[in-house]
Amino acid sequence: MSKSIYDVAIIGGGHNGLTTACYLAKAGLKVVVVEKQSYVGGAAVSREIHPGWTYSNCSYVCSLLRPEIFRDLELSKYGLQIIPYEGSASMLDDGRYYAHYNDHDLTYRSIAQFSKKDAEAYDRFGKDVMRQCKIIKPLLKMTPPDPTSFAPKDIMGLFDFAKFFAAKDELGGLGEKEIYDTIRFWTMSVRDYLEEYFESDIVKAHLAGSAIIGTALGPYSPGSAYVLLHHYMGEVDGTVGAWGYSRGGMGSITKAMAASLEASGGEIKAGSPVNEILIKNNKSYGMVLENGDEIYANKIVSNLDVKRTFLKVVEKKELPEDFYNAVKKFKIRGSSGKLNIALDDLPIWKSIPEGDPAGTGDLHITQSIEEMEGAYDDWKDGRWSSLPYVDMCIPSINDPTMAPQGKHYMSVFVQYVPYNLADGGWTEEKRLEFGKHVMSRIGNYSTNFNDIINHAEIRTPKELEQEVGLTEGNIFQGELTMDQLMFNRPIPGYAQYKTPIKNLYMCGSSTHPGGGVMGAPGANAAREILIDLKKQINTHYI
Amino acid sequence: MDNTLSFTKPLLETPFHKRTFEACYNNDWYRWAGYKIAREYSNTELEYTSMRNTAGVLDITPMHKYDIKGKDAIKFVDKLVTRDVTQIKPNQVMYIIWCNEDGNVIDDGTVFCFDKNHLRIFCAERNLNWFSDTAIGFDVEVKDVSDSIAALAFQGPLSCKILHLLNVENIENLKPFFFDNFDLNGSKVTISRTGFSGDLGYEIWCNPEEAINVWDSLFKFNRDYKILPAGMNALEMVRIEAGFIQPNADFMSAEQALRPNRMRTPFELGMGWLVDLNKNYFTGKRILNDLKKKPLTKKLVGLDIQGDKPAIGSVLYDKNRKEIGIVTAGMWSPSLKSNIAFGYVDKDHMKIGSKVFAEIYHPEELEYKKIWAECLVVKKQFFNPQRRHKVPADI
Repeated sequence: MSKSIYDVAIIGGGHNGLTTACYLAKAGLKVVVVEKQSYVGGAAVSREIHPGWTYSNCSYVCSLLRPEIFRDLELSKYGLQIIPYEGSASMLDDGRYYAHYNDHDLTYRSIAQFSKKDAEAYDRFGKDVMRQCKIIKPLLKMTPPDPTSFAPKDIMGLFDFAKFFAAKDELGGLGEKEIYDTIRFWTMSVRDYLEEYFESDIVKAHLAGSAIIGTALGPYSPGSAYVLLHHYMGEVDGTVGAWGYSRGGMGSITKAMAASLEASGGEIKAGSPVNEILIKNNKSYGMVLENGDEIYANKIVSNLDVKRTFLKVVEKKELPEDFYNAVKKFKIRGSSGKLNIALDDLPIWKSIPEGDPAGTGDLHITQSIEEMEGAYDDWKDGRWSSLPYVDMCIPSINDPTMAPQGKHYMSVFVQYVPYNLADGGWTEEKRLEFGKHVMSRIGNYSTNFNDIINHAEIRTPKELEQEVGLTEGNIFQGELTMDQLMFNRPIPGYAQYKTPIKNLYMCGSSTHPGGGVMGAPGANAAREILIDLKKQINTHYI
Repeated sequence: MDNTLSFTKPLLETPFHKRTFEACYNNDWYRWAGYKIAREYSNTELEYTSMRNTAGVLDITPMHKYDIKGKDAIKFVDKLVTRDVTQIKPNQVMYIIWCNEDGNVIDDGTVFCFDKNHLRIFCAERNLNWFSDTAIGFDVEVKDVSDSIAALAFQGPLSCKILHLLNVENIENLKPFFFDNFDLNGSKVTISRTGFSGDLGYEIWCNPEEAINVWDSLFKFNRDYKILPAGMNALEMVRIEAGFIQPNADFMSAEQALRPNRMRTPFELGMGWLVDLNKNYFTGKRILNDLKKKPLTKKLVGLDIQGDKPAIGSVLYDKNRKEIGIVTAGMWSPSLKSNIAFGYVDKDHMKIGSKVFAEIYHPEELEYKKIWAECLVVKKQFFNPQRRHKVPADI
């Protein structure tokens, strides 16, 4: 049993924990990250669990990662490269497909096959969403002000917020009409939002996918439009809303962060589950690892979700009752599954011809918003969707490092899959049956898919919880609904990365601005900790 | 190559033209030394990505190529350039620059050593006159062989792997800055591990008759690995990231500058490491010897610029808003997610870590947004991955 002392100890080596650690190490602090798995990455990992293939086991594509963080942490130097998408498509039962391309005119013609009006409306939709993204972008970097506080910092923060919303200057602020639009967008259902622009079922279904991914909401649920926005506010080299592949899988992001951390003098202790956070007189001062090692630190930061942090690691007796109850009520329902499939060849789609760039980005299986709502109904009833929404991609077409030559890796994201099954919990048998169910749906759209499957990793919310530690397997560390966003995230009164325990902070996706491989919660938390330590750092983000 | 003078078609077509023409969907051609070279085939972003992710193929046939033959070949080049080339070995390549008598840079390029009596210089600008003048008194013949050699740059992390798949024997063990003769899918070619991308990459030199076969071969495995033809726009991006400067873009060639104060010494370009003042006499040595002892008044440096709006054409200032220089090349780097540039700064701001300011005019919906951006002076070489130097190279 060893004892060691640090300025800051971070529990959990996901992308946010590593981001926090990197910024703090850059500020000259002695930092350690403890991670329960033998590898870092959390839900941004690449693992070779089938020889020859690299899977992005959890998250699979990249857009939200803030470029300022990429730049500050010099992730390029440590091997990270983002490969932009060339298109995306939805496959239809009637043998047609609906596609988006990098090329605007090609996209117009593709949509016009279904509706000329929608092809034009897509530009209007794009402009409006882009405007909303521009509005939200500066908010991502802000520590949400506490609307009930009279502290100068909060009053200034609220003033910034107000300035932001009310001022009529052309870029930063919104006019009166736009405030209405913004509030509507943040609270509407994605179905209602898309109805205002489009008439064609497939156009709406293709776009609605972003609103239900990872979310225990259906496209008819109020608040789902915000989730769409959440998926659009990223960028690839200035193209807002664009997505790309992380070369070498999503693990390349966290591997580069880990290398950057070590270059700044930070330490990583992998294979070190934390048993207990040491707290005395309402102040945290260290932690005990499962192997008995003790780590002492002035500041402890939890990258775990808020439920795991306060219901599993911190003892209840240390917490105020109202806080504890609020944590218990925090919505973090699991709704997604993931298949990682090793393929012996490229799938031949019944609709998308080989070589079409639309086939190289995300491929959706959905026919209509109604079908997606039906899939949600199944989830509510405690079973996986009979017609699941499938968002798949074949990164190996663009990324030469994922699979052996001529073979391919397919990532399949599945919505919806419950955390608890109505007919008595998950079993090994049911997990395999779920996998088969999804593969048979994909098989319907291909002439060779069933014959080229070499290996499949099938993951339900249970596996995501067990392996990554995400409560109920919720990919966002808590749902992205208005009641859990901004100064309400994760818990009203605790949105500034702090907790009721002194010197204990949060930096995971449970905090503002939420989930996705964004790094913003981690960087914001680092900023708050540096302010508390009265330390300054000159970076692009902070 | 067909060199017939046709007044209706002032530009020549390279031996790859049949293929580049088919591939150049955008019909966007760039003039390079009298040839038509694709500026953008269909999408610069993807062409750039190919050079960083798989491999890109660039037609670099218009490069000027000068054969140096005779028993004084090495002596001649040693007099011409600022580096000591007397120790150059067969199959070796050296990066070289040459100056006029005033120590101002004329051009940069590479010199290939076939044997001690036969060298070949590759460069961007025409240099036959300068080379011929320098050759006086040497037992050497300088011959412009530009039109008799077709050339492709094959740049990117999969470049070695593709050549290996094409059974180019032992290509992975070719070291950076070396070349050799190989059989590439039935064509006799010379391949050097050189290039302008700052990544793993090769340049392939062949007889014009072999051009189409060589081109087609490089795309042979495209079902598995997406190799793209890449245009000059994409090349411009990778060369800035790599820190390579270009005559008449980042400095005026001393042979072409009309105004003497526009000429630049190697020290001003940050190329002092290429100047060997201990070697035998070379053109410009006397002046460079003096200049070496004097402080510089201006220098071309790398800039890491705040924000994400490229500082193309920006004027540089100090913190008191005094003008101190200009940006010569700038871009948003997709690989680094950084706003990078080359620029001239004055004597007070040339140290790494100095701070200067760029005034950026960013066009935004018919209005210019004026941005005052802090810039950090950094090394020009922004991107330099390990795979570029690895021997054996990744296959």
